[in-house]
Amino acid sequence: MVYENPDGVRIGLEVHVQLNKLNTKLFCGCSTDYHNDEPNTHVCPVCLGLPGSLPVINERAVEFAIRIGLALNCEIVEQTQFHRKNYYYPDLPKGFQTTQYDYPIAGKGKVVIEGEDGERVIRITRAHMEEDPGKLQHIGTIEKSKGTLINYNRSGMTLIEIVSEPDMRSPKEARRYLDKLRSILDYLEVFDGDLEGAMRVDANVSVYGGDRAEVKNISSFKGAERALLYEIMRQKNQVRRGEKIVMETRHFDEARGVTISMRTKEEEHDYRYFPEPDLVPLRVADRAPAILKALPELPDAKRERFLQQYGMSGMHARALTTEIKVANFYEEVAAKVDPKDAAVWVADILKGELNYRDLDIDAFAVEDTVAVIGLVTENKITEQSGVEIIRTVLDHGGKPQDIVKERGLLKVEDDIVAQAVEEAINESQEAVADYLAGKEKSLNFIVGKVMQKTKGRADAREAREKVLAKIKG
Amino acid sequence: MTAWTGISEIKQKIAETSAEEVTASYLETIGKSCINGFITTWDKALEAARGIDTGGHEGPLAGVPIAIKDNISTTGLSTTCSSKILQGYVPPYDAHVIEKLRAAGAVILGKTNMDEFAMGTSTESSYYGATLNPWDAARVPGGSSGGSAAVVAAGEAPVSLGSDTGGSVRCPAAFCGVVGLKPTYGCISRFGLISYANSLEQIGPLATNVADIATLMDVIAGYDPRDSTSINRENTYSNAMKDDVKGLKIGVPEEYFGEGIDEDVEKLVWDAIGKYEDMGASWKKVSMPHTKYALASYYIIAMSEASSNLARFDGTRYGFRADGDNWHVMASKTRAQGFGEEVKRRILLGTYALSAGYHDKYYLKSLKVRTLVKQDFDRALAEVDVLMGPTMPTPAFRIGEKIDDPLSLYLADVNTVPINLAGVPSISLPCGFVEGMPVGLQIIGKHFDENTVLRAAYSFEQNTEHHTRRPGEVA
Repeated sequence: MVYENPDGVRIGLEVHVQLNKLNTKLFCGCSTDYHNDEPNTHVCPVCLGLPGSLPVINERAVEFAIRIGLALNCEIVEQTQFHRKNYYYPDLPKGFQTTQYDYPIAGKGKVVIEGEDGERVIRITRAHMEEDPGKLQHIGTIEKSKGTLINYNRSGMTLIEIVSEPDMRSPKEARRYLDKLRSILDYLEVFDGDLEGAMRVDANVSVYGGDRAEVKNISSFKGAERALLYEIMRQKNQVRRGEKIVMETRHFDEARGVTISMRTKEEEHDYRYFPEPDLVPLRVADRAPAILKALPELPDAKRERFLQQYGMSGMHARALTTEIKVANFYEEVAAKVDPKDAAVWVADILKGELNYRDLDIDAFAVEDTVAVIGLVTENKITEQSGVEIIRTVLDHGGKPQDIVKERGLLKVEDDIVAQAVEEAINESQEAVADYLAGKEKSLNFIVGKVMQKTKGRADAREAREKVLAKIKG
Repeated sequence: MTAWTGISEIKQKIAETSAEEVTASYLETIGKSCINGFITTWDKALEAARGIDTGGHEGPLAGVPIAIKDNISTTGLSTTCSSKILQGYVPPYDAHVIEKLRAAGAVILGKTNMDEFAMGTSTESSYYGATLNPWDAARVPGGSSGGSAAVVAAGEAPVSLGSDTGGSVRCPAAFCGVVGLKPTYGCISRFGLISYANSLEQIGPLATNVADIATLMDVIAGYDPRDSTSINRENTYSNAMKDDVKGLKIGVPEEYFGEGIDEDVEKLVWDAIGKYEDMGASWKKVSMPHTKYALASYYIIAMSEASSNLARFDGTRYGFRADGDNWHVMASKTRAQGFGEEVKRRILLGTYALSAGYHDKYYLKSLKVRTLVKQDFDRALAEVDVLMGPTMPTPAFRIGEKIDDPLSLYLADVNTVPINLAGVPSISLPCGFVEGMPVGLQIIGKHFDENTVLRAAYSFEQNTEHHTRRPGEVA
């Protein structure tokens, strides 16, 4: 089945990734661990752009950038250079952003996604390094704001901007691309995707018969899908009405789910790029081979291996390799139980329960997973009991072995109790008759017998219910 | 007027009296000054000098007072670049050179006047008014480090620091009859120097004699990881203090004696070259054919960089702030009211030169010319050890004479800007007087070959008397 793409939708994405796992900012020694701290406490003359301050490149940031470039199958440039992008904004303390222009650190790469009609290659145009600006906070609502506060803690954080070709044909493909990017970055351990502002998306969208529009201010993957759905619909309607689609920049209003025109091409900034004189060109190509060698196994390769090595389904392989932590967790479990069982339990059951509770894989222990799978496969408990154990551990804590006992989940025990009930009733026909005649206390005699036979391993209340059920037939 | 006193005399005086007394006597002289060389004096200078006395500081500049150009950041001491827009800005950190000076025991007297943001050749564009030339109060001291040169010439400080983007140390040194060095690009960390044109400028020392320049260089030069353009290279500048130019090969670029040069200045420079010949050096004419394009290239590059460097002055974080209903209005008004005419002119021209459609025609072309100018120097300096010529084509001009004609002011930089484009070292030292006004001889060397330049300058000084002449009282 070939995806027709009847409207000629073309989507290209510019993704800003904040390398928040670096210890220091891109051009100064300020700590990057500001997310829970007071405003303007992680700043220095350099990231505040004080007069006379000079940038010094963070070598580890360069290494991270190369790592990302290589993971996206990019070519690493011989020599990279920084440029100044000049524009005025209060969050930009120097009045220009230090970024890369004609010598981005990484160019021409690709990412493979699960497209509308099978595997699809999304070409990467380039990946370049730049600094994050500060953050504005309006006092009150934006319409009735009494003022704006600026927090420069974010100023100077390292960003990698990953620019794709317009190779995505639907919001779904865009979402898949974003998920894949996040997955790769997660493997590279260059960022914590859960931190605020870790990944920010701008989208270029066009349909047949129109120029492209750039949609800015998309703050989540879900938001990206919504913004694209809206924007494509808007453009299609416009084309249908015979109106021209002009090249413009639009703003995504997350609350209303619409895009609003910010400026047309004529109003675009002239950024007056020129080489940053305070930073010298950086030779990077020779650093690439060593970094390539140290690159971890990436999601696609791991998925392939999981398919081969563990004989699991494609769906399981994908689910288990999206996050590196889940993949590692799975492999630890698979080393101790049957890998196929492990795949089912980790991918389908455990991940489902974790997602439902918005929890991370860290919330559940490998040994507990192994224990639950062991109990089920050894036929000691039912699958349903296994799920119940997982839920109990997640909600109340405890160890699977204890929960099995506390809740009497062992299948064997059930059988013993049932047998004991049967025997006890058979041996106490008199008491049964008494009970049926209205002597309630006679029941205690029968239950006592059950408890005797099971040496106290049965739950008394459960035994009582079972006896009753049996008598009442 | 205090007699010119070099570092060795200062040290002698401190040994006889105290650093505190020496500093006090300079502060007293500054207090009586009428040349407007200082914008600010440091209120803790005496305290610092006392600290040197009581601490028994043994640094190479222990107790030596120094004046600092107002574009070099000093903790706790206002740093304005002679601009209204930086009114009230007190840096929270020291420039690299200030750290070095403090560690060496130098006592900062205060901050000196300059052309606003170092953009000028006369120190007339300062928001704090013009500085007067100690040799003739009707004349400019040169610029942009006019304050730093004038206070040394006037005996208000024994030594000072300036910065040189296109001649800003050498021009005022020449006009004020003192010695000024523009070191090789990368020699001295620019960390803390408020940028005008980053790819061109260096901090440079000014003094009454060459040995003091070397002493200062030994303190302030050297690698600083905070400046990515700083070069890691060891050198002892004072080792160059040898009276010996035998066999020195001098190149004289014809282009440095071009149109507009004062005949008397030309004659004094040729006399100086003749003196070198007497001292055992040889000279020959060299050609630097791209010199005539250097000025245009320099101004386009400098203005382009400046347009970006000065973007940060928007009233948001520090300095002067105008009122406005919203940020854009506030920032625009701040810049309209905070910058002077010359600064605005250069920001506008630089913005224009970098704009889409003009970028290649102006900025890019200037970079290509810069490469050609560099090649001129490489070629010439492959044949000779140093180049010599006049620092400025004329002696100091009159206050008000050129300030309304920016182009003629720019033309005065014709012999100094090529050096900044090439990044090579260059010194200006007194080589005579025209109608009572000092004239500077410029000696240019190879990259990082300051020592040859210093040796040539020192030898000249040892064999001539020009540097001993001092300005009279300025009324």
